[in-house]
Amino acid sequence: MHEFLQQVFSGLAAGSIYACVALALVMIYRSTDLVNFAQGEMAMFSTYIAWTLVNTGLPFWAAFFMTLVVSFIGGMLIERVLIRPVENAPVLAAVVVTIGLLLIFNSLAGWIYTYTVQDFPSPFPDRPILGALMTTRDLGVIAVTLLLLLLLFLFFRFTSTGLAMRAAAQNPASARLCGIPVGRLLAIGWGLAAAIGATAGIMVAPVLFLDPSMMAGVLLYAFAGALLGGISSPVGAVVGGLIVGVTENLVGTYLIASQLKLTVALALIILVLVFKPNGLFGTAVVRRV
Amino acid sequence: MPSILELRGVKAFYGPSEVVHGIDVAVEEGGMTVLLGANGAGKTTTLRAICGMVRSEGDILFAGQRLDHRTTEKIAAVGVAHVPEGRGTFIGLTVEENLRLGGYTRPRRIPANIERMYGYFPILAQRRRQQGGALSGGEQQMLAIARALMMEPRLLVLDEPSFGLAPRIVDDIFKIVGRIQKEEHVSVLLVEQNANLALELADHAYLLETGYVVASGRAKTLADDPQIRRSYLGY
Repeated sequence: MHEFLQQVFSGLAAGSIYACVALALVMIYRSTDLVNFAQGEMAMFSTYIAWTLVNTGLPFWAAFFMTLVVSFIGGMLIERVLIRPVENAPVLAAVVVTIGLLLIFNSLAGWIYTYTVQDFPSPFPDRPILGALMTTRDLGVIAVTLLLLLLLFLFFRFTSTGLAMRAAAQNPASARLCGIPVGRLLAIGWGLAAAIGATAGIMVAPVLFLDPSMMAGVLLYAFAGALLGGISSPVGAVVGGLIVGVTENLVGTYLIASQLKLTVALALIILVLVFKPNGLFGTAVVRRV
Repeated sequence: MPSILELRGVKAFYGPSEVVHGIDVAVEEGGMTVLLGANGAGKTTTLRAICGMVRSEGDILFAGQRLDHRTTEKIAAVGVAHVPEGRGTFIGLTVEENLRLGGYTRPRRIPANIERMYGYFPILAQRRRQQGGALSGGEQQMLAIARALMMEPRLLVLDEPSFGLAPRIVDDIFKIVGRIQKEEHVSVLLVEQNANLALELADHAYLLETGYVVASGRAKTLADDPQIRRSYLGY
């Protein structure tokens, strides 16, 4: 029982990372109707920026917040420069752009920082607590991601910019008629998604160690989480991410070798698409033809 | 009366094809002007050209400033409120959130304006916490008009507000629009299939046919024209 609970808690820590990346995917999907395959590599690159800043001697949290700002601006620039031109193109064109971005960020990171695996500092000490049920590091990761999710919820629920972003995602034509600058809000959405991804990258790097393909597996789990929650639901993304984290950990401990854990994500993706394509919280898309 | 909106030789395009072929239209300040015509005459496209939603050529002047080549959101911000075909409801957001979005360009006046809209449309006050998509067609039309008025516009552009609604509800809505027009000193440009009703309410009317203005004048004069009566009013 003790081991089972241990695995659940460490699964929640991993799941909260997946939840963040899944939320970033869902935000982009809702506003741009596009799965951003580069979300993971963008987060990885942000993590390298944080690593560089920490290595220059900055305190961890200063580096963390500076990275968030840089990632936010970077995300906005990516939307403006690369996504905007294919906004009205067939969706496959935009998908190819995000896959291109994935390769560019991966190679860029390898070129600048080499493919050597790097140590990444954790801001949290690694001590067992609650009768060794979990570590302070896991608790810290869960606390940071939950705080981020809470802030995002408050932003979308209670600010006029958040409301306008929801409106622009739902009905851009009508939003423009209300005088809402839809293009600018789209860019802000990409910026926010990049900053969320950066948080996930920085939180996961001490565990996975930093290298240019660090986020590949995380993106896959996050994608499974987003699908499980229903690709258009932010709440679903968070719940789905947590479920995937716990499932992956339990299956890896009790059922299959932990080296095969990644197949859990793929199996989940297939199961969701076959049996419940709208996920747990998603709504069916009805199109009139 | 000076014009609040003037279209001079306006052509409008739907994709690559020209559907409005150089029309002149003027909307009097404080009045109600209606565009009449059959399906496909170019009425909705003309409205979309005014709001920058489709490509257009020619001059579009609003209170002396040019609107052509401005973005839709900038046109809204200078005081043109467009209630689009299909009502443009944000179906996943509550009635009150829909109204707050309408006031995006007038953020300070949102609470006062929401209360004013609830005065015109008490049913919206009752439904304020419900999702826009849960409203009936008539209620969504009221919400769309209220959302547009949240901008404190000088010109209200209405695209077929009667579409798909029961006659009694259409009467209610037009009564309120008439009252709002007087109390808020807003000019109205209306597109309407229901020519009888429209000519009764409007001061001026333009008749469009396949992208051209084929008749225009005071609404009363047009309503008395025997040929127009035969073709459009059905008696």
